Amino acid sequence: MKNSLDTGVTKGKVVTAVLSKDLKIEMRSRVVTNQVLPFAGLVMVMFAFALDNDDVLQRVAGGLVWLATLFSLFIIVQRSFAIDTQDGALDSLRVAGIDLSAVFFGKAIALALKLIALEIVLICGAVLLYRVDLTASGLVLLVTCVLCATSGLAFVGILYGGLTAGAKGRETLLPLLLLPVVAPVLIAATRATEAAFGSGGAQTSEGWAWIGLLTVFTAVFGVSGSLAFGSLIDE
Amino acid sequence: MIASFSNVVVVYDNFPALAGASFEIASGEIVLLQGPNGAGKTTLLRACAGLLPIARGSAIVLGCDLGVDRRAVRAKVGLLGHANGLFPDLTVAENISFWSRLIGASAQDVETAMQIMGLSDRLSATRVANLSAGQRRRCALATLIVRRAQLWLLDEPHAGLDSQGRDELDKTLRSARDAGATVVFASHEIDRAQNLATRSLTVVGGVVTET
Repeated sequence: MKNSLDTGVTKGKVVTAVLSKDLKIEMRSRVVTNQVLPFAGLVMVMFAFALDNDDVLQRVAGGLVWLATLFSLFIIVQRSFAIDTQDGALDSLRVAGIDLSAVFFGKAIALALKLIALEIVLICGAVLLYRVDLTASGLVLLVTCVLCATSGLAFVGILYGGLTAGAKGRETLLPLLLLPVVAPVLIAATRATEAAFGSGGAQTSEGWAWIGLLTVFTAVFGVSGSLAFGSLIDE
Repeated sequence: MIASFSNVVVVYDNFPALAGASFEIASGEIVLLQGPNGAGKTTLLRACAGLLPIARGSAIVLGCDLGVDRRAVRAKVGLLGHANGLFPDLTVAENISFWSRLIGASAQDVETAMQIMGLSDRLSATRVANLSAGQRRRCALATLIVRRAQLWLLDEPHAGLDSQGRDELDKTLRSARDAGATVVFASHEIDRAQNLATRSLTVVGGVVTET
């Protein structure tokens, strides 16, 4: 594997080091499990209160899962960079002479794993709370959708998180920049999830076209993120 | 020569934070940067670390021309600014191990760095968030040791340390110099810093003069 710039360490080892560091910090601080997860759960319950109609809830369940995921994404991305900036570790990473694209992938994989854990709980919540039916073929589509959409969200989240990490007012700037960019993921993931849930009589086969869009989005932001992240962090 | 600056201009927020800085630093020196707040000391340290672009002039650090490729020098220097560059939720050992993994250092290197900084006993398993300011500073310096930095760039390294911590820091910097590193540090504590330094440079208005 390619060496990570001047340190002689392979890119894979840097990815693993950053990934395990981010996950270890989450295991210690439990911010996702103790704060983000209850927040996302509350969003789901609030939607149920606001809509207060089983038919409507079943039809929009897919969209609600992904909206709750998006709101949670902002918090997790902010947290992901807060751990690197609170004591100047991001500056130290810049000076370490390592390939910053490896940092991008390490942080993106850690973010994706946290999001997947969150989404599993949210989908289970939707099935129970909104009484959604899930067939075997729907489950396959749903798992594929979760993997593709989450990868895309993780790549774009880390890219824009890096862009705003040193900016003033980053707490409000991040959602402002990120929401328009992730709109295609929200649309495609919602349609695919509705097909998986069979919402409004949708067929499972209708969802696979949206998986194609999610795959393209993920590939575009995976490649562009790995190329741009180093420069964004540097400047 | 470890560093050679000639008429270097560094622009920061449309302001020339370094306005024609010229100086040289030889191997094995401990160089004190003194000067008032906002004089350009931090800018000079960050420019040496390859973190700021050189607008004009010639800057060569550890054989790397910063005007051509400022990223090349980064793996060879260690910068410790006002912050420590640590992860408060991780233990001392985990923090030092993380940086060692990034540069391919061994577990023995980590143990040695912790021993040098007096962190190898119960402190090694203590979370950084629970350490005193002095202990955090020692932990940060241990990451520079494990990274085998040839040039240590330290911004106010004595800040936040008690008297004992300051003595230990001075001892560490002398040990680093004896082990082959070159140290450049900015400080406002002139008496202590001058005892430690082998040479002083004064920075005023972005211009560097020999003291």
